[in-house]
Amino acid sequence: MRQVYLDYSATTPVKKEVLDEMLPYFSEKFGNPSSLYDLGQEAAAGVAQARGRVAHLINANTNEVFFTSCGSEADNWAFFGVTDAQSAKGKHVITTAIEHHAILHSGEYLSKRGIEVTYLPVDHEGRVHPEDLEKAIRPDTVLVSVMLVNNEVGTVQPIKELAAIAHKHGITFHSDAVQGLGNVPIDVKDLGVDLMSFSSHKIYGPKGVGAMYMKKGTKISNYLHGGAQESARRAGTENTAGIVGFGKAAELAEQNLESHIKNVSSLRDYFIEQVKKNIPDVIVNGTMDGRHPGNANITFKYIEGESILILLNEKGIYISTGSACSSKSLAPSHVLTALGIPVEMIHGSIRFTVGDFTTKEDLDYTVECLTDIVKHLREISSVNAEKGW
Amino acid sequence: MAMYNDKVMDYFLHPHNVGEIENADGTGVYGSPVCGDMMQITISVDKDTDVITDAKFKTFGCGSAIASSSMATDMIIGKTVEEALNVSNKQIIEELGGLPAIKIHCSVLADHAIKSAIYDYAKKNNKTYAGLEGFDPDADDEEQEDTPEHI
Repeated sequence: MRQVYLDYSATTPVKKEVLDEMLPYFSEKFGNPSSLYDLGQEAAAGVAQARGRVAHLINANTNEVFFTSCGSEADNWAFFGVTDAQSAKGKHVITTAIEHHAILHSGEYLSKRGIEVTYLPVDHEGRVHPEDLEKAIRPDTVLVSVMLVNNEVGTVQPIKELAAIAHKHGITFHSDAVQGLGNVPIDVKDLGVDLMSFSSHKIYGPKGVGAMYMKKGTKISNYLHGGAQESARRAGTENTAGIVGFGKAAELAEQNLESHIKNVSSLRDYFIEQVKKNIPDVIVNGTMDGRHPGNANITFKYIEGESILILLNEKGIYISTGSACSSKSLAPSHVLTALGIPVEMIHGSIRFTVGDFTTKEDLDYTVECLTDIVKHLREISSVNAEKGW
Repeated sequence: MAMYNDKVMDYFLHPHNVGEIENADGTGVYGSPVCGDMMQITISVDKDTDVITDAKFKTFGCGSAIASSSMATDMIIGKTVEEALNVSNKQIIEELGGLPAIKIHCSVLADHAIKSAIYDYAKKNNKTYAGLEGFDPDADDEEQEDTPEHI
């Protein structure tokens, strides 16, 4: 059966060039980068090259990039490390209502331990308003954390402006850029962030590797304690093959950034146009102005997302949904809720993400299947356009 | 899909008795789109014998909501009204060969919807049934104490 993968925001396949660079680091160049003999130093050189490539992609200094085990670890590090190192200054953190759970649940954990967390609202496009940040800042605020690109609706946040506001008040600024890396240009110096989280598997690199950009001088405690790896900032023997893969993926992302954005966004726009043309009663959630190039988040009115997901799966098409029924918590998407989308519309929302291996034919096939599936489920549904909700 | 067994998938992919009976003898609706699942059931009843001769459903909801609606209509066709009133969500889930535990409380709306349809039929025809005693079709969260946590 034909397989169409349209969930690139969930993860991406490892590109062949990436895998090829990784493979020697499993059994040939297997040395521990901390070992002084040649075999170890060979592995250390691979890690150093990868660090350089990731740093180059985001315009950071090489010694400001620290590898982690995933994006979530970098997010946790930012929350726990900054609140710990700056506990004498205060116990207040500001973030947003639409962050990834790696941020939200870190915030929840901290709030049970005496830290106050303020969650900034977003508008119906999913955007944070700088004046809301300005209002939320208190003398005891130690950290502001706002994601660069939202994972569900793809909205890009005005990070430069938000970071400047935080800095005006002497507050450390962190941004979760896991969905942004390789999809929007990132220049950490221009954005003015102090900390930024990244993940390898969203940019055609392997799973199990992430990175933290840490501007020199940022007041942040270590999160993982042990050996002197990562300039004694993050302990644990390096995942050399994974890090090397992340480095190669970063190099490719930098080379392809412009063409990737152009190709993916034009496919995404084509997909949205075809969906609107073929299927009545659909709503595109979020905004087309400043959005992840591959993201299309669409509500199909009068039907439920898990049903759509299962029927698309039967056709070999892989997507994700914000419906409560598909989540283990049975809660509808917190992101779409924060955008003010009515719950019944959230239940029928599907996130499609287009990526480098998506073709126009894939999208034509998807629209064809989707048209039939939506029609079928609407025939079964107890709600419809005439009856209303 | 690994989350549902083959029988549930079959009932979801090829549901029986989808639709709405015109001039139905009884109509019942339960759930709401806000909750994520809403089922409507219409029934035809032979007024002399009280046998349910036809039942059709329309459901907004997830895979298990649609599959359980379909199974429920299969189960009550040919039964008397009193027998249909005894059909429980537990029995529907058992007939389906089980559902993921997380789906049981939220997505199986059928026994309440069936009772509502029979309540409507009873009201229109001035009939009373022991199985409807104390039943309120508008109650939001009917206790389902006989539904086990894990099936």
